[in-house]
Amino acid sequence: MAYAAELNSDHDHAIPTGWRRYVYSTNHKDIGMMYLWFALFAGIVGGLLSVAMRLELQEPGIQYFNGLAQLIQGASPETAMDVGKHLYNVFVTAHGLIMIFFMVMPALIGGFANWFVPIMIGAPDMAFPRMNNVSFWLLPAAFLLLICSMFVEGPSGANGVGGGWTIYPPLSTTGQPGPAMDFAILGLHIAGASSILGAINFITTIFNMRAPGMTLHRMPLFAWSVLVTAFLLLLSLPVLAGAITMLLTDRNFGTSFFSPAGGGDPILFQHLFWFFGHPEVYILILPAFGIISHIVSTFSKKPIFGYLGMAYAMVAIGAVGFVVWAHHMFNSGLSLATQQFFVAATMVIAVPTGVKIFSWIATMWGGSIDFKAPMVWAVGFIFLFTVGGVTGVVLANAGVDRTLHGTYYVIAHFHYVLSLGAVFAVFAGWYYWFPKMTGYVIPNWIGIVHFWISFIGANILFFPQHFLGLAGMPRRYVDYPDSYAYWNKISSYGSYIFAFGIVFFICGVVYTYRRKELAGNNPWGEGATTLEWTLTSPPPYHQFETLPRITGSDH
Amino acid sequence: MPVMELKTIMMKRGFFGMLAFNAFTLLTVGNAFAGYGMGDDRQMGMQGSATPIAASISSFHDMLNWIIFSITIFVLALLLICIFRFNSKANPTPSKTTHNAAIEVAWTLVPVLILVVIAVPSFRLLKDQYTFPPADLTIKAVGNQWYWGFEYAKDSGNIKFDSYMLSDKDRTDPATQPRLLAVDNEVVVPVNKVVHVQVTANDVLHSFTIPSFGIRMDAVPGRLNETWFKATREGIYYGQCSELCGKDHAFMPAAIRVVSDTKYAEWLAGAQKKFASTSDESPRVAAAK
Repeated sequence: MAYAAELNSDHDHAIPTGWRRYVYSTNHKDIGMMYLWFALFAGIVGGLLSVAMRLELQEPGIQYFNGLAQLIQGASPETAMDVGKHLYNVFVTAHGLIMIFFMVMPALIGGFANWFVPIMIGAPDMAFPRMNNVSFWLLPAAFLLLICSMFVEGPSGANGVGGGWTIYPPLSTTGQPGPAMDFAILGLHIAGASSILGAINFITTIFNMRAPGMTLHRMPLFAWSVLVTAFLLLLSLPVLAGAITMLLTDRNFGTSFFSPAGGGDPILFQHLFWFFGHPEVYILILPAFGIISHIVSTFSKKPIFGYLGMAYAMVAIGAVGFVVWAHHMFNSGLSLATQQFFVAATMVIAVPTGVKIFSWIATMWGGSIDFKAPMVWAVGFIFLFTVGGVTGVVLANAGVDRTLHGTYYVIAHFHYVLSLGAVFAVFAGWYYWFPKMTGYVIPNWIGIVHFWISFIGANILFFPQHFLGLAGMPRRYVDYPDSYAYWNKISSYGSYIFAFGIVFFICGVVYTYRRKELAGNNPWGEGATTLEWTLTSPPPYHQFETLPRITGSDH
Repeated sequence: MPVMELKTIMMKRGFFGMLAFNAFTLLTVGNAFAGYGMGDDRQMGMQGSATPIAASISSFHDMLNWIIFSITIFVLALLLICIFRFNSKANPTPSKTTHNAAIEVAWTLVPVLILVVIAVPSFRLLKDQYTFPPADLTIKAVGNQWYWGFEYAKDSGNIKFDSYMLSDKDRTDPATQPRLLAVDNEVVVPVNKVVHVQVTANDVLHSFTIPSFGIRMDAVPGRLNETWFKATREGIYYGQCSELCGKDHAFMPAAIRVVSDTKYAEWLAGAQKKFASTSDESPRVAAAK
């Protein structure tokens, strides 16, 4: 039959080569690889922004950003100080947006999930391969728009968006009338569209393309985490899209959704933004949970402890995550009753999160643990995520948040869960799957040395920020009273150590590629039981031409 | 002061001594050498409490610290046991246990109980913050790019003035005029009196806070938010704008001086003369834009 013949001939296609292989790619592994390289690139850009900020904050007073303003924005010496202060806010904004939308999400969801969800569930590819291509290629466009925004006017007389990643109006409407904000909004729109397409793809793939015998309750936890994440993306991103569209029309077409002068309310934007924003933080961390589960199980040579509890804990975190958003707004004038509800709902999240932490430990308990690089990163993740988690419980109490909201305590909290949580999981996943993805062994000592540099650097960087926050230092400050100097200096030193770790990591990767030591199908041994380890390293261009049949209950 | 001696001794022991000292301070003394009204050098806890609410926040936070330190140390201990007892050298044959209903129920219920223990004082504190005693004085704080405007209500002196950060060249006495905190016109209030603070903004969002009073309230155009404090300790208390508001976000502090009743009466009489020309009947919000 013609249809069958066409299908068969499809398998005989030569693997496309050169730029066509990537630009036109419909292959989940190639697209996953592009996502990972993109995330690495964006992470370096976002990281450089943060190092510049830490450099400025190393000493009280403004030392660098006035110079930077002259250097990259062409400010005159007279206006350099004012432009520099705004430029600091631009860096704050860009750092947040880049790290969230262009580093963590592409790495975890676009990169690892694209690579391993189809393989883990025994599927040949994603459900919609062409849509997968569009998902990826929208991202560089979005990134470009965001970068453009740094070079066109924001507030009068200065370039770039300085409204924070939360882009609260009126600072993002009347406060910055220039086109920079419009560029950023369009960039967010496109990044959001990319993620929604990706989410649709993952949900369809996971629901329809599991191999025979791969029931939902046998599905590996990473696939579970991506399924929950995809639902969060699908339900929350359209709300962001709505909110920023309203911003756009407020700015350009005379509407007044958020302007009290026309009967609107700036607080409305905060509700819409955080209805997206809070699920978003779980979008960043849930795939990390999935990765950590696999690594812990692999290197302990034990199946995951409490598999069903682990899967449904993620579902619970995702569901409850939609009704806690106003804990970001405890000081915006919410009524007492509203605050009481959101305090209670927020604290509930601690329960499924605790289930996850203890189940990881129980998986390790009684195991025969090999402390290879991925496992060391995973154990680091568990501890540091706990530290970030418990400060979250502190902040959940509106009464205490009264003092801590908008201070460095909050910065410390969310960097412990994201920079030391999600990012550590990205590196754990990288060291875990690198041999599978590239076919090369990444020397163990590289991962271990990188871990210790990062662990020490990140703790010196972020732990003192708790003290600054408790003492009252507000976020997003280019300069601070002299009494905060000591811990700021320490924190800056930590930042340089962490940044050095990244340089070391990049050198390590280059070294690995030049070394070309072959990994074999399963470098991790008996504990690695998911389907990706049954394939060659790297896997064939199209895997599972005959679908695997799943009978056991290996997760 | 014994605590300070301990600090010196431990600092002499280098980084780990400092670390031990940090843990000690966080867990036990809390505010022992915290600055009032502003941060103190190398401070690690909250600022000193000048109102009953701030004191409740501080003691509740101390309680939370005990709980979260215990949880973190418990998790760390479990991880260390795994690392030393269950590594592949010490334990070559892994167990195959994957379920234990009792322990799974336990690690779900025990956190619930801990949260209930936290919730009781938490809700009491929250309710106290929103239980407004009758006002002795009502002041309106209006956020602007980049200064605070203050208005004493008609029954509270009926004055109105703007408060700008002192620039470096205007700071004649660095000891009493800390950089980035000192302002030209301080808000002055009497000690032990209930002050209601209405907070709003003219242009973009700002946020009014005085950490030592345990108050923080966003200044939102088109809204009139309200909070209150009752300062029980005389002194000068600073706060810094806490919602990103543009380039000079870091340069619009607020300063409140708490004084005795007689000093307050003197100040009010002087202020009524000094700010007579700027006080008028038209509300500031309407005058903007």
